[in-house]
Amino acid sequence: MKACIKGTEVKMENIAVKFENFSFRYNSQKEPTLKNISLTIKKGEKVLVIGPSGSGKSTFGHCINGLAPFSYKGDVTGKLDIFGNDASKLGIFGLSKYVGTVLQDSDCQFIGLTVGEDIAFSMENECVETEVMRQRVLQSAITVGMEEFLTANPFQLSGGQKQRVSLAGVMVDDVEILLFDEPLANLDPATGKYAIELIDDLQKQSGKTVIIIEHRLEDVLHRGADRVILFDDGRIIADMPPAELLASNLLELHGIREPLFISAMKKAGCPIRAQDNIQNVDSMSIESHREKLMRWVGDTAKEPDRAYDTDLLEVRDLSFRYKSGTRAVKDISFSVKQGEMLAVIGKNGAGKSTLSKLICGMEKPDSGTIIFEGRDITGDTIKERSLRIGFAMQNPNHMICKTMIMDEVALGLKARNVPQDIIREKVEKTLKICGLYPFRNWPVAALSYGQKKRVTIASVLVLEPRMLILDEPTAGQDYRHYTEIMEFLKELNLKNGITIMMITHDMHLALEYTNRAIVLADGCKIADDATSAVLSDDGVIARANLKKTSLYDLAVRIGTEPEALIRRFIDHKGVEVRK
Amino acid sequence: MSTLLSYIRNDSPIHRLNGATKLIIFLVWSLTGMISFDARALAVMLVIGIIAFKVSKVKFKDISFVITFISVFLLLNFITIYLFSPEEGVRIYGTRHLLFSFSDRYTVTAEQLFYELTVTMKYYTVVPVALLFVLTTDPSEFASSLNKLRVPYKVSYAVALALRYIPDIQAEFTNISHAQQARGIDLSRKAKPWTRLKNMVAILIPLIFSSLDRITVISNAMELRNFGKYKKRTWYSEKPFGRNDAAALIFILLLSAAVLIFTFYDGSRHYNPFC
Repeated sequence: MKACIKGTEVKMENIAVKFENFSFRYNSQKEPTLKNISLTIKKGEKVLVIGPSGSGKSTFGHCINGLAPFSYKGDVTGKLDIFGNDASKLGIFGLSKYVGTVLQDSDCQFIGLTVGEDIAFSMENECVETEVMRQRVLQSAITVGMEEFLTANPFQLSGGQKQRVSLAGVMVDDVEILLFDEPLANLDPATGKYAIELIDDLQKQSGKTVIIIEHRLEDVLHRGADRVILFDDGRIIADMPPAELLASNLLELHGIREPLFISAMKKAGCPIRAQDNIQNVDSMSIESHREKLMRWVGDTAKEPDRAYDTDLLEVRDLSFRYKSGTRAVKDISFSVKQGEMLAVIGKNGAGKSTLSKLICGMEKPDSGTIIFEGRDITGDTIKERSLRIGFAMQNPNHMICKTMIMDEVALGLKARNVPQDIIREKVEKTLKICGLYPFRNWPVAALSYGQKKRVTIASVLVLEPRMLILDEPTAGQDYRHYTEIMEFLKELNLKNGITIMMITHDMHLALEYTNRAIVLADGCKIADDATSAVLSDDGVIARANLKKTSLYDLAVRIGTEPEALIRRFIDHKGVEVRK
Repeated sequence: MSTLLSYIRNDSPIHRLNGATKLIIFLVWSLTGMISFDARALAVMLVIGIIAFKVSKVKFKDISFVITFISVFLLLNFITIYLFSPEEGVRIYGTRHLLFSFSDRYTVTAEQLFYELTVTMKYYTVVPVALLFVLTTDPSEFASSLNKLRVPYKVSYAVALALRYIPDIQAEFTNISHAQQARGIDLSRKAKPWTRLKNMVAILIPLIFSSLDRITVISNAMELRNFGKYKKRTWYSEKPFGRNDAAALIFILLLSAAVLIFTFYDGSRHYNPFC
């Protein structure tokens, strides 16, 4: 059997995935999610699939591994072949012989209680003899370097080790295609970088076909890809080498964040050309751009920083140890000024969440004091503090408990027995601030994720706190939603004077929306400075398991101070927004 | 909140026993404890249970909450039996040794006290062994043992997963309740019981949503890795049936037989110290 692609003859068995006029409609939806897709992926290729949320890129993945239509039911038209076999005949178990899927690193995907058991899971279901299974688990663990951890609990491993275990779990079946569904979504930057390197090394070693579905383009391109496929509205918009895509205006049109160094180059007025190898900052030819970039960095037309001088929150020598004995926070002191918007950054488990819990009163510190507007609030309950400091969880679905927007926002006031007419007045005012007033009589379920996030923030703001603490406000969101949420927060900060503290490991967020960053590592504060200074400090980056942004690398490549370039970038952004 | 009642990894002769062995021991033990009303036999079982606890290296603080909870329950039980049936002991043992009396109906007899203490002791013989079983059996191995006892593997896996996610759901509950308290929804004792109950219900909705999210992810992850492909499956964490298992099983069967023979020797479930 032979098939023709772009004039070159390719043997059928060299074609890993072939979509032909393929459409898919979920039973729960009116419109098809994938619309007439035709695409071929060759054996051994490394393909990156990007697109905003709702573009159909996840459904594309589900079709390859069989979740659609076998688990998520729906209508298929057209044809999908995996190594020449009709996918609709293979079924989800048949497909799993060819396709291994690694899901988002949410801890939920570990099934086994030990590393060994998790790697063995698919063999158990294949009825492999226990003895044979143990052998193969060991081999697979050796390939990813986890043989020492077979009896460990996967939940207690570091982020990077978890990635290795989930890889071993799919590689144990010797599948041909490795499919990664948003592998970076919940990883801190350094672990994400590590995961991309791990995937790349494995692919080079084993020659497997790799398909990565992700919207964090820049992070994946750290190690390159043969092709990038851009989805939007259920269609393939582009299918081209990364450099060509970056040089086009398609990313902007379809709501994908372009790499930071490309943004910087655009700001400096450099032409973006595919032939300069712009897929990542290390491979790019820099010579022709150096002069322009240097001039741009030197051109400091910056406005002076806004001065913040009134202390709003002061934390002194805060320490806390969990009952299980793990020390979460050690002697942390800092102050937050009235009107600031700042970030608390650090890798997963560095103590960021514990710190916010201590400030909100959800945990009681072992020692130290918390002062708010000059008053010691260390002894106050959560409820008392909630009038001063509002807290919003990462996932709005975990906070919303009423079906109607009005009721949800009013809940906190009702619990305080505020008279009905005052509740109404306050709720309406808050809804206006949050841009939700037109939706006030809608059910919450009809809102998008970003709007739900606003509802949860509104339900906290209605209590009129002076300060807002947000846990990963944009986790897992595409660029469009990210921008929507962050611009909203910025407006709250500028117009309504609400002090905002964000807990995040998103370097982009810290860079673009905060002036100051507090860095935690192993429960200690290791830096507290201007964001540009923190993100250009080698020592801090290494200790906190952060990642250098590509702005840093760009600065190194043109031979200038990283801090100067990052500062220039932030200021430029600020000027732009003020216009 | 500490995690209640979940497997604690450790190494002891009890941990090393096969899950199926432990399940059988647990069932036989409970049944025997439930049937026998012989205080002497129960006392022996209680002592053996405590020894098993020592051997298992499970720390008392890991179960102190449950034991306290059960003790409160048993105290209530003790009082209720007395309130509803103050003459039960007299009826069973056929004699009356009056100690003192509250009123005509509520007299306190040695028989009644002895009877109620025996009932309490029954619970104390059974409950710690049940705890021991849960605390020393790896949920996956438990699933494999259920499967070995002919329970379909999908059912046994579901049970194991449920056991496993208890701590996660507890943590999630704490997080959600904190976030709700931070917007003024009072769940502390300061709130009136009715308000508190209503507020608790409010938390359940997001908790259910987050659990459903979790279930979708885990069931996809399982299906993508072939769960449910065949009618049978093998188990990585299965422990071979060893000499210790055989010994333990023989021991429990002999013990159970001895207890039952001893109990029914005189034709009654009860030991009567009063005649």
